[in-house]
Amino acid sequence: MTDPLALETSGLTKVYGHGHTEVVALRDASMRVRRGEVVALLGPSGAGKSTFLLCVGLINPPTRGTVTIGGQLMQDGPRSLGDLRRFRREHIGFVFQKSNLIPFLSAIENVQVVGELIGRPTSVARRRAKELLDALGVGKRAFNMPTQLSGGEQQRVTVARALANQPSLILADEPTAALDSVRGRQVMELFRDVAHRHGTCVIVVTHDHRALDVFDTIYEMEDGLLKPAASPVAEATVAHA
Amino acid sequence: MNLAVRDIRHSLGRFVLTTLGVGMLLMVVMGMGGIYRGLVDDALVVTRGVGADLWVVQRDTRGPFAEVSRLPRSLVDRVAAVPGVTDAREFVFHTIQREHRGKPLRMGVLGLGWPTDKGEGLPLIAGRPLAQNHFEMIADESLGLGLGERLRLGKDTYTVVGLTRWLVASGGDGIACFTSRDAQAIQFDEPGESIRLEREARRARADEIDFGRTQPGVLDRASGPAQNLAALPGPAISAVIARLMPGTDATKVQRSMSGWSDVTTYTGPQQEGLLLKGSVDRARRQILLFRVLLTIISAVIMALIIYTLTLDKLHPIALLKLIGAPTHVIVGLILQQSLIMGLLAYGVGYLIGTRLFPLFPRRVLVTNDDLLRLAGIVLVISVLASLLGIWKAMRVAPNEAIG
Ligand SMILES: Nc1ncnc2c1ncn2[C@@H]1O[C@H](COP(=O)(O)OP(=O)(O)OP(=O)(O)O)[C@@H](O)[C@H]1O
Ligand SMILES: [Mg+2]
Repeated sequence: MTDPLALETSGLTKVYGHGHTEVVALRDASMRVRRGEVVALLGPSGAGKSTFLLCVGLINPPTRGTVTIGGQLMQDGPRSLGDLRRFRREHIGFVFQKSNLIPFLSAIENVQVVGELIGRPTSVARRRAKELLDALGVGKRAFNMPTQLSGGEQQRVTVARALANQPSLILADEPTAALDSVRGRQVMELFRDVAHRHGTCVIVVTHDHRALDVFDTIYEMEDGLLKPAASPVAEATVAHA
Repeated sequence: MNLAVRDIRHSLGRFVLTTLGVGMLLMVVMGMGGIYRGLVDDALVVTRGVGADLWVVQRDTRGPFAEVSRLPRSLVDRVAAVPGVTDAREFVFHTIQREHRGKPLRMGVLGLGWPTDKGEGLPLIAGRPLAQNHFEMIADESLGLGLGERLRLGKDTYTVVGLTRWLVASGGDGIACFTSRDAQAIQFDEPGESIRLEREARRARADEIDFGRTQPGVLDRASGPAQNLAALPGPAISAVIARLMPGTDATKVQRSMSGWSDVTTYTGPQQEGLLLKGSVDRARRQILLFRVLLTIISAVIMALIIYTLTLDKLHPIALLKLIGAPTHVIVGLILQQSLIMGLLAYGVGYLIGTRLFPLFPRRVLVTNDDLLRLAGIVLVISVLASLLGIWKAMRVAPNEAIG
C-alpha cells in the first residue's frame, strides 16, 4: 500500500481581476510532493510564488485546478470542499514574507494560541511554545511583545508558530528574508529536520541560493509557469520514507 | 488564554477611559431612576407616616397635598362619631417661607394631632418627640437646623427637639412638625397691625347697622379676638384623618359619609394615587424618557467604541482566521470585550453613584430592583453594541493578513 502524496496540485490557475486589469498569476501549475519532502520555490518577483502558496494554503481559491492534501481533495476550482479553516488550523503552518504576529500577544502567546486553537490544554500548548522558541533561539524573548522584537526575532517567532500545530504541510514565503545567512540557514535546516523527522511536507519560497542544498526538490516559477529546476543541486535530492 | 483580555491589556489606556465614560453615563441612568424613586418616596413619606385609613377633605378638592383644603375643626368630632372609625385627628399641612439666620428658609409645616400624636412615628435620627403642646418642633435635617436651635415663626419662638431624615414634602422642602395648634398659629400668623385694622373694620361695620347701635355688647365683641366671635369661623384645618377599626371596609365608611355635602373622602391608597398622579406623574414620565434616551446613547457610544476597537484589530483578526481560528473564537473576542466594558462601566457607575448621590439636594433612591434591572439592560446593550464589530470582523478575509 502506497502512501498518498502529501500534496498534489493539478492545473492550478489563478486569474486576478478581469478585463484590462486581468493578471494571470498562475498558469496550470502542477506539483506533487511526497511526505517529508522539502521543496524550494524560486523565481523572480511577480512570478506568482506567493499566489501559489495562497492557493495551496487554502486561503485564496484558485480560478481553476485542484488542490489535494494528504489524499483529501480540498479545493476543486473555486469550490472549496470541507472546512478549510479547520483544516488550516490542524494541518498547515504558515510563514509569510512580512512577519505576521498578533500585536497584543507576547512572543510565547503567539505560538501558544495555535496549540490552544487545536484543543491542547493551556499548559501543554505553553510548554510546546517555549520549546519551539528555544529551538529557534528566541526563548529569552518569550515574554516580549512583537513590537519589542527585531525583524529577525519576529520572523523566528513566526516560524515557531508555524510549527506549533505539528502541521503536515508547512508553507513559507521568504521566511529568511529578515535573517542573516547563518540564522537563515538554521531556519531552513530546522524545516528540513522537521520534515524528515515527522514526514511533514515543506514548501519554501526563497531567493537565498546559498541554502539550496538543504532542499530535496527545487521548482522554478516564471510568469505563472511552474517547472522543476534543472539545478546543480539536484543530486541533493534524496528519497525519504 | 483569553484573547479579549490580552487585547484590552494591550490598549489599556483607551479602554479604561472609555469604560469610565460609559460608566458615568450609566451612573446618570442609575441616578435618573433614583431621582424618580426619590420623588415618589418623598411624595408618599408624609401620607405613609401619618398612616391614615381615610382622608376627609373639603368637598371636591383633591386633598391637602394637591391644593388648598379648608375644613372647620368641628369636623373631627363628626368623623369620630361615624361607625367604624376608631379615632379621628386634625391634619394641618402647609408650606411657608421665612427668614432664618439671614437666609430664606422654606419648609412644610405639619401639624401633629397632639396629644394622640407626639411624633413617635416619625423617622427620628436625633432628639425626641414633642413633649409639650406648644413651642416645640421636630425638624428635618435637610432644613439645616440643629438640635436645640431656636426659631422665631410668627409671634412665637420654637425649639428644635428632634431631627428626622428624609421627611420632605412632595416639592422637596423639608418638613417641620409642630402640634396642630402651633401649626395653625404659624399659618394664620398675622402682624399686630393687620389684626388691629381688621378689628377696627369690624367695629365700623357693626356701627353702621342698627344691631350694633342697639346692642353695644356686639361692638365690644367685635373688638375682641376672632375665636370669641360666634359669627366668625375658627382657623381652618387642612383635613381630618381617620383610623378605622381593624377589618372595617373603608369603602363602607366612605359610603356612610357620602351624604355629607361639605366633604370628600379618600382611602389611604386613593390619597397615594392622587399624590402620584398629580405632582409626580409628569416628572416621572420626563425622567423615564431621559433614561431611555441615555440608555440608547450609552448603547450607541459603546457600539462605536467596540466597532473602532474591532477596526484596529482587523489585521490580527484576519491573521487568526488565516491560522484557522474558528468563528466562535473571533466572535468571543469582540463580544467578551463588549461585555467586560459594559460590566466594568456598570461597576464604575455604581461606585461613583453611591458616593455622589447622597450629596444631591434631593433624595436619589437607588433600589436593588432598579440596580438589577439596569444590570440586565447593560448586558443587553453590551451584546447589541458588539454586533456591529462582529459583523465587520466576519467580513474580513484571511488573506488580508498578508500583503
Ligand atoms: N490580490 C491581487 N490582485 C491583483 N493582482 C495580484 C494580486 N496579488 C498578486 N497579484 C499579481 O499577481 C502576480 C503574482 O504575484 P505574487 O505575489 O504571487 O508574486 P511573487 O512571485 O510572490 O513576487 P515576490 O517575489 O515579489 O513576492 C503579480 O503580477 C501581482 O501583481
Ligand atoms: Mg511573494
